[in-house]
Amino acid sequence: MTSYSFPDERGRFGRYGGAFVPETLVPAIREIERAYVEAREDTAFQAELDHLFKTFVGRPTPLTYAKRLTEHLGGAKVYLKREDLAHTGAHKINNALGQALLAQRLGKRRIVAETGAGQHGVATATACALLGLDCVVYMGTEDMRRQALNVFRMRLLGTEVRGVESGSRTLKDAINEAMRDWVTNVRDTHYLLGSALGPHPFPMMVRDFQSVIGHEAKAQILEAEGKLPALLIACVGGGSNAIGLFHPFIEDESVEMVGVEAGGSGIESGQHAARFSDERTGRLGVLQGTETYVLQDADGQIALTHSISAGLDYAAIGPEHAWLRERERAEYTYATDDEALEGLKLLSQMEGIIPALESAHAIPELVKRAPALSPDEIIIVNVSGRGDKDMNTVADALGVTLH
Amino acid sequence: MSRIKATFATLRASNCTALMPYLTIGYPERESLAALVDAAVAGGADLLELGLPFSDPLADGPTVQASTQRALANGITLRECLAQTKGLRERGVVLPLVLMGYYNPIYQMGVEAFAAAAAEAGADGVIVPDLPPEEAVALDEALAQHGLDYIYMLAPTSDESRLRLVAERARGFIYLVALVGITGARTTLADEAASFVARVRAAVGDEIPLAIGFGIGSAQAAAEAGALADGVIVGTALIKRIGDAATAAAEAEQFIAELRAGLDG
Repeated sequence: MTSYSFPDERGRFGRYGGAFVPETLVPAIREIERAYVEAREDTAFQAELDHLFKTFVGRPTPLTYAKRLTEHLGGAKVYLKREDLAHTGAHKINNALGQALLAQRLGKRRIVAETGAGQHGVATATACALLGLDCVVYMGTEDMRRQALNVFRMRLLGTEVRGVESGSRTLKDAINEAMRDWVTNVRDTHYLLGSALGPHPFPMMVRDFQSVIGHEAKAQILEAEGKLPALLIACVGGGSNAIGLFHPFIEDESVEMVGVEAGGSGIESGQHAARFSDERTGRLGVLQGTETYVLQDADGQIALTHSISAGLDYAAIGPEHAWLRERERAEYTYATDDEALEGLKLLSQMEGIIPALESAHAIPELVKRAPALSPDEIIIVNVSGRGDKDMNTVADALGVTLH
Repeated sequence: MSRIKATFATLRASNCTALMPYLTIGYPERESLAALVDAAVAGGADLLELGLPFSDPLADGPTVQASTQRALANGITLRECLAQTKGLRERGVVLPLVLMGYYNPIYQMGVEAFAAAAAEAGADGVIVPDLPPEEAVALDEALAQHGLDYIYMLAPTSDESRLRLVAERARGFIYLVALVGITGARTTLADEAASFVARVRAAVGDEIPLAIGFGIGSAQAAAEAGALADGVIVGTALIKRIGDAATAAAEAEQFIAELRAGLDG
């Protein structure tokens, strides 16, 4: 693979992607695409975003050498890309700021967003507070229960959080409701979609805003080690942190990539969000604007998903991941809830870093792969967010009662 | 001549507006459809829009969402919807039947297999609200091969180039979304509907019928919409009336007769 220039002009990554939206929204997504392509070429826009990344987000985030973990695993050198240290505690702020600036450029003063774990909601609420935009965040009531702290944070930031009672009351249902709001208020509202999902141009735009992760990591590892990593590992819900890390390395053929989906209670149980790993239910389909792998029943009704991490608890995967998998440029696997919890404990106790439950899904794969590589090879794991928000969930899972 | 085309031609010749009620298949009970269709015909419906339930209907408001959830809980599938549609024809229903459903279940069945099955069931047209013209080419072609119309939608946000695109491709009728938003009953027609219909008419010419839906929730709103377009689609307001299976058919007939009177008055 020498030159990678996806999506094509139809918003397709091979057969994946596209723009499956009601007619009412088609002019809006076209307008966003035009404005985004202009902004991407506009040095003033990029300079403003870079300035916010540096002075507000705290970028570049560090690339941390995990010395004790490396010794413990006895193989490859392990580095951690520290998106947990970005302002608001996760990579989501990168895309939220980029799109909020774009909304300003479009003259849209009202933002709607969905959130699962609450990290994208908090990032969007933060970007809107910073730029003085009105913000409404839709969140499934099951997720509001799991992530009560993030609900409170969003409200403190001046955002209106609206609970969604339909379906499984999780991320998919929040996206439905955010899209209904957007259809209704499209003339003055921008939908700040939080993952590399949805109709074109969102998968491309979110990827580009998140690619700062991979660009920084590449420069940092070249400076620290003078060579590229052998392997990148990231968790994949919709897939924005993973595509942000992977994308700048796609043309570096020696760099392997692996995305880790949420295995929930195990593939056999049917209680998971592993779109690529369950042949019974993970099939090509169209959900919420994009053609990709979707967990569904034989009739095409979307399946209910389960993961201990709200941010990975979603029935579809970003279309570019489906494309990278088809081209065998990236591999995908899964980690169960229990494995993720073990990963969270391991990273906490070995390195003093408590990752988000989402990010913790990458750790079991590191544990499997690192010993098979030699000490002169490098693995970079994306720690996409910090774990503070998950302490109640983790305590519950470990049978500990807080306060 | 297709049933849709013939129906609009006959109505136009007698200066009448088409009334197209929407029913969710499998709501309120799994086998409710036949009696509700009889009631709709008795009340004065000219065409019927039959909803194919989907778990994630993102263009629909709470009322239609709830009806599709209930239908799914009643065990409705796409194949069952097609079987019930066929059942209507076997019982002698002659009205044009237009299926409305989201894309994923159709995609799972396969576009070609779905087109063939819809034709076999006696359907005349298909509406897919999450399939804009750019993504609808394969389904449109498959339906055309089986003599069915893919029904395009236009919205107040559609610009002139999109009006022309749909004008080139449309068969049967064009579904005009009366408002910027999702389905749900309002008592009066959206303010901008008149200018929107006029804009579409200027772009697409007189030949292709225009039917207007979304938010038309009363006889008065139906009358206002009917003055603008060739057909009026009423969904949410009807679904609200028929939640109780014991009275659903009587309620449907009465409400549709009210709408009919509004259109004809």
